[in-house]
Amino acid sequence: SSSPVKSETKQRIEKILIANRGEIACRIMRTAKKLGIQTVAVYSDADRNSLHVKHADEAVRIGPPPARSSYLNASSIIEAASRTGAQAIHPGYGFLSESADFAQLCEDEGFTFIGPPASAIREMGDKSASKRIMGAAGVPLVPGYHGNEQDTDLMKSEADKIGYPILIKPTHGGGGKGMRVVQSPSEFVDSFLGAQREAAASFGVDTILLEKYITKPRHIEVQVFGDKHGNIIHLFERDCSVQRRHQKIIEEAPAVIFASKFLYISYYMSIIVMESQFMQPNVISDFRSHLGQAAVSAAKAVGYHNAGTVEFIVDTLSGNFYFMEMNTRLQVEHPVTEMIVSQDLVEWQIRVANGEPLPMNQSQVPLSGHAFEARIYAENVPKGFLPATGVLHHYRPVPLSSTVRVETGVEQGDTVSMHYDPMIAKLVIWGENRAAALVKLKDCLSKFQVAGLPTNIEFLLKLANHAAFEKGDVETHFIERFKDELFIDPSNSVSVQKAYDDAKHSAALVAACICEKEHAFLRKNPPGGLSIWYSSPPFRVHHLARRTIELEWDCEHYDSGSKMLTLSVIYQPDGSLLIETGNSSVPALEVKVAHLGNHEFKVEVGGISFDISLAIYSKDQTENIHIWHGSHHHHFRQRVALKLSDDDEIKHKSASDTPSHPLGAVLAPMAGLVVKVLVQNRSKVEEGQPILVLEAMKMEHVVKAPTAGYVSGLQVTSGQQVSDSTVLFSVKDG
Amino acid sequence: PWRSSLITLSPLLQAKRQLCLGILPDGVDRNSESFPRNSKAMEDLISQLQSHINKVLAGGGAEAVNRNKSRNKLLPRERIDRLLDPGSSFLELSQLAGHEVYEEPLPSGGIVTGIGPVHGRLCMFVANDPTVKGGTYYPITIKKHLRAQEIAAQCKLPCLYLVDSGGAFLPKQAEVFPDKDNFGRIFYNQAIMSSEGIPQIALVLGSCTAGGAYIPAMADESVMVKGNGTIFLAGPPLVKAATGEEVSAEDLGGATVHCKMSGVSDYFAQDEMHALAIGRNIVKNFHLAGNQGMIDGLQRIVHDYEEPLYEVGELRCIAPTDLKQPFDIRSVIARIVDGSVFDEFKKLYGTSLVTGFATIHGQPVGILGNNGILFNESALKGAHFIELCTQRNIPLVFLQNITGFMVGSKSEANGIAKSGAKMVMAVSCAKVPKVTIVIGGSFGAGNYAMCGRAYSPNFMFFWPNARISVMGGAQAAGVLAQVEKSNKKRKGIQWTKEEEEMFKAKVVDAYDSESSAYYSTARLWDDGVIDPADTRKVIGLCISAALNRAPETTKYGVFRM
Repeated sequence: SSSPVKSETKQRIEKILIANRGEIACRIMRTAKKLGIQTVAVYSDADRNSLHVKHADEAVRIGPPPARSSYLNASSIIEAASRTGAQAIHPGYGFLSESADFAQLCEDEGFTFIGPPASAIREMGDKSASKRIMGAAGVPLVPGYHGNEQDTDLMKSEADKIGYPILIKPTHGGGGKGMRVVQSPSEFVDSFLGAQREAAASFGVDTILLEKYITKPRHIEVQVFGDKHGNIIHLFERDCSVQRRHQKIIEEAPAVIFASKFLYISYYMSIIVMESQFMQPNVISDFRSHLGQAAVSAAKAVGYHNAGTVEFIVDTLSGNFYFMEMNTRLQVEHPVTEMIVSQDLVEWQIRVANGEPLPMNQSQVPLSGHAFEARIYAENVPKGFLPATGVLHHYRPVPLSSTVRVETGVEQGDTVSMHYDPMIAKLVIWGENRAAALVKLKDCLSKFQVAGLPTNIEFLLKLANHAAFEKGDVETHFIERFKDELFIDPSNSVSVQKAYDDAKHSAALVAACICEKEHAFLRKNPPGGLSIWYSSPPFRVHHLARRTIELEWDCEHYDSGSKMLTLSVIYQPDGSLLIETGNSSVPALEVKVAHLGNHEFKVEVGGISFDISLAIYSKDQTENIHIWHGSHHHHFRQRVALKLSDDDEIKHKSASDTPSHPLGAVLAPMAGLVVKVLVQNRSKVEEGQPILVLEAMKMEHVVKAPTAGYVSGLQVTSGQQVSDSTVLFSVKDG
Repeated sequence: PWRSSLITLSPLLQAKRQLCLGILPDGVDRNSESFPRNSKAMEDLISQLQSHINKVLAGGGAEAVNRNKSRNKLLPRERIDRLLDPGSSFLELSQLAGHEVYEEPLPSGGIVTGIGPVHGRLCMFVANDPTVKGGTYYPITIKKHLRAQEIAAQCKLPCLYLVDSGGAFLPKQAEVFPDKDNFGRIFYNQAIMSSEGIPQIALVLGSCTAGGAYIPAMADESVMVKGNGTIFLAGPPLVKAATGEEVSAEDLGGATVHCKMSGVSDYFAQDEMHALAIGRNIVKNFHLAGNQGMIDGLQRIVHDYEEPLYEVGELRCIAPTDLKQPFDIRSVIARIVDGSVFDEFKKLYGTSLVTGFATIHGQPVGILGNNGILFNESALKGAHFIELCTQRNIPLVFLQNITGFMVGSKSEANGIAKSGAKMVMAVSCAKVPKVTIVIGGSFGAGNYAMCGRAYSPNFMFFWPNARISVMGGAQAAGVLAQVEKSNKKRKGIQWTKEEEEMFKAKVVDAYDSESSAYYSTARLWDDGVIDPADTRKVIGLCISAALNRAPETTKYGVFRM
C-alpha cells in the first residue's frame, strides 16, 4: 500500500483520466467539471463517437473493441494518463475498478487511484480470504466452504455437508458471472465444472467457493466511505433484492425494513406489517444501525478508504443477515444513496483521494425521503433476459428535474454493441417517501422512450406495478416467485386476449397518426403542385376514401410469433378518421388527430384527448413503428413491399414469417463468441444435451439440442464470433 | 336542413369583399314554397343514386369477392387505393357504366377507371374487376376502357393498367371484336400514346388471356405477380386441345416464364402488394419534364383561395323538379367558384346565357351557364366569350340547363341558325380544357352549343335530375303524332283521339326513360352522375387533370357572318 508521505507530496488533482466508458464515465465527468477538474476519456474503436468521448476535455484511443484489448488494458491506460498529464485515475465500476494490480500500478506510476488501497481490494477481492477476515472481525457469515482445495470430489462432499440448495460461486469476479444454484447432489458436478470454466474465462482464476443457498433472501448493501485519516462512516443501506440472472435491476434506498419477527407474517398479512413498520420505528433504526456498524467494521478490518459497499444477505425467514462480499468501488446503484443523503459521492471520492477528511461524521449524515433506481437494459425479456444489441433508433429519456435523474452514456443513433454491458440508462427517482417515489418511478418508466432494440422497460414497469413490490415485500427470487404475474402466461386466454386487444387499440391509434402525418405533409407540400388532389378528406365519388394499413405485432410475452393486424382507416367528411380493426372485441375508433410536429400527436377519442408519441425507423427491411400513449407502449412493424426480392428462387417470406431454416435448425439466441464446442457433427445427442457454449456480455449461454438425434451442419468453432440468429447446427433423426 | 349559409368573414376579407365587384348574392330563397320541394326531390334522387352506387361498389357479389380474397388478390378499387399517394383524391369515372344495360348486372361495366396522383403525377387507372364476369370485356367494358384512354390521351396522363381479365366476352364477340372502337382499339391506343410519350404501364395481377395478353405486351413497362399473374395467348385447356401439351398455367405463362425467359414482362413481383409497390416506383421514375407543359406554361394557380361564401351542399336544393321552372344559374355558380366571386362578362346583353370569369380551387375558369333558351344575342355572346377564353388559355366550364335555341319565324329570320353555328364553331374548335356539367335539361342544338358529348369536352358529368334528349318528350310526341297522323290519313285510316293519346304516351314514356341520367351514364354518354354537392370539387379535379398538358393554340374555321 502507498505510504502516507508519498500521497502528501502528490499534487492536488487537476485532471482526471476516467478508465471507463458509458454512463459512469459521463457521471464522473459531470462532477469533475463541477469541481473545475479537467477530464480525459479513454475509448476503444467501438466508442470513438460515444458520449463519454464527447463530454471529456481530452480523449485517447486505447485499443480495439474487445475489453481485454482496451478498457482492461492497464498499460495503455497508464500511458494515456502520462501523455495527457492527468494526476489521477478514476476506474468507475467494472473493468479494472476492482483490480488490485491496477490500483497498485497507478500508485507506482505516480497517479492517484481514486478508490480504495490496493491491499483492501486484494483482500476483499478474494472471496474466501475476505470471509476469513470478516469472520475474525465478528461480521456474521453464511455457512459454506471457502477452502483452497478444489478437487471435485472434495467439493462435492463439502456441498453435501452444507446441504442443498447450494450456491456455487467463483472466488474472484462479481456481477453474478459464473454463479450457479444447485438444487440436488446429482447436478453438482456439471454445474461445478461449468462455473470453473466460466470463472477461468472471465477472471483468469478458477477457484470456486460453496455456500448455503438461502431460499428467501434479500440483498441489502451498505454504502461505506472512508478517508485517508482513518475515518469510516456508512451512508445507510440500499435494497437490491430485485434481480434477474443474479443482476440487479431495481434498487432502492433506504431498504424497507420489517421487524424480523414480522418478516414471515409479511407474506400473508402485509398490511399489518406496514403498520408495524410505523409503530416500531426503534426496531427499524436498531436493525439499520446494526447493519451499518457491521459494514463499518468490515471496512475497518481491511483498512479501507474511499467508496465501498458491503453486501449482506438477509434471510427474510429468520431476519438474520450475513456478510456476502464487499465491492471495493463506486457501485452502479450509488445514485439512490446520493438522493437520500443529498451528497455527491463522486465528489467525496475525489476529495478523499486528495487527502481531505470526510465532510461529516456518522451522526451528521442526513437521511431524507426515498429513492429508486431502475436499470434500463437492452435485453430480450421473454428470451430469459438475454442481452440484446442494436441501434438506438429512437431514444428519448424523461425530462430531468431535481428529483429525476437519468444516468446515461448513449444518445439516439448510438449502437449497443456486443462488446460491453448492454445497460442503456439508469433512471433515478427521489420522493418524500417510498409511495411517492414509486408513483414517480412508474410515470417516468412509462414515458421513457427507447426504440430500435428490445429493452426491459415494460418489464420494469410491471415490476414497479406489482402489488408485492408496492408493499416492499421483495426478495432476490421476486421475479421467479411472481413470474406468472410478471409475464403473460400463454395458456391464460384472458390475459392473452387482453394483450391482443391492447395491441389492436394501439395499432388503431398508430394507423390514425400515420395517416394524418402523411396527409399533413402532403397537404403542406403537394407533389407536383397538385394541392387540390391532396385536400382533406381525400375525395371519392359517392363513397368515403378508405385506406388499409397492415401492422405486424410481436407479442413479446409469449412465443406465438407475430400477429398481423389489419386496420381500415375511413376518412370521414368532418376530417376525423374511423379506424376499424376488423374484430368485434375492439370496436371501431373514431379518432381526431392533430400532428403537433415531428413524432408528437394530439388525438381525441370518445371525447378524451391525449398525447401520443411515435418513433418510426427502418430496420431489417421493415418499417418499425413504436407508439407511447398513457402507460402503454407497443411496437409494430410494417412491411416495405418494395424491398422484397425479385428472385423467385428465394422462398418468399413475408416479414411475419420466421426465417425459413432447415427443420431442427438451432439458431444463435444472441450475438456472441463461441467458447466451446462440446460435440462433433454426426454425433448422437439426447434432447437437452449441451452442444456448444456461447459467451456474450460476459455471460455464458449453453446451447442445447432441442430434440434427440444426430448433429449436422455444425460449422462453428471455438473462438468464432457469431451474429444473432445464425444457424449453429441442426439435429436430425437417424 | 342546411345550416345558415353566410360564413362570418374576417375584417380583412370583408374589406377585400367590398373591393370585389363580382361577389354573387346568395340567390336561394329558403322560405319559398319550392325550396323544400326541390330539396326533398333531390334527396330522393340522391338516395336512389346512392343505392345504385352501393351495389356497384360491392363488385361482382360476395362469393366472387371472397374467392378473389382467397387468392390474395384485392378488389380493383383497393388496388387503386394502394397505388395512389396516401390520402390523395381519386376521380372515378362512370361508376354506373352498364347499369341495366344487359340482362345480367355488370357492376361498373366490369372495369374501374379514374384519375389520381402517384408520386405527384396524375395517372389514369384502368383496373379490371375479376369479380365481375371474370373481368371479361363486354361492349360497355370496352367503351369504358377506350374512354379512359381517350381522356388519358387528351390530358397526357400516364396509364396504369391493372390487368386481371379473361379477355373478350365471347358470347358477344360480334359487338366486341370487329369494329373500329372495339377490343383492338385498346392496343392501338396504347401504341399511339406510347409514341406520344405518354407512359403505358401494365401490372399483371391476375390472368391476362388471349387478346388481353397484348395489354402488358404493348405496355412500356410491365410487372407480373408470381402465382396470380399469367399471360398467354391460349390457356392450358386450349393448348392441350391444340397440341396435346399438358402444362400448368404458371409454367405456361407465369411471372417466372415471362420475366426470365420470354421477356414479355419486366418486373417480377413476389405478391400483389409487391407488384403495386413496384408500380408506384415505376411512376416515380418517370421523367416527363419534356412532355409536360402544364402549370409552368399558362396557369396562374392560386393556392390560397377562399371557399364559396354559401353552403355548397345547397346545390342539392336549387334544381327544380320541373325542368320548365327557370332558376338563376348564378345561385349555382355562387356555390362553385372561389369566394363566390364571379366577374360577369356582357351581363346586360343576351341575358339567357350567363358568362364570366372566376377561379375554382385557385384555377382560372371561364363559365358559361344557361339562364333560359338561347337567343341570337346569347349565342353571339357565347361565341365571343369562348374566343376570349381560348385567346387567354382559360379553361371553359359549361353549366348546361338548356331546352334549345329559340324557334319561330322571327328567330329564323334573325338567323338563329347562323348565330347558333357561330357558337358551335367556337365550342368545337376551342382547344382549352372543357368541362361540361348537365345540371338540368340538355335538349336539341342547345346540347351542341353548350359542349355536349359530341364536342369532346375533356369531362362531362350529370346531376341525377338531369335529362338529355333531342327534344322534350311532349314535343317529340307531338311531332311524331302529327307525322303518324298524316301517314295514316294518306292511307285513309282514321285515328281516334284515344289512339293518338296512347301513341303520344308511348313516345313520352320512351323519351322519359331514355333521357334519364342513368340511361345516359350506363351507356357512357357522360363520365358519371355526381351529387350536386360535389360539383365544385369535381370541376376542380377535372380542370386540374385537363391542365396536365401543354397549352394548344386554337384555330377556328369559317364563321358564317
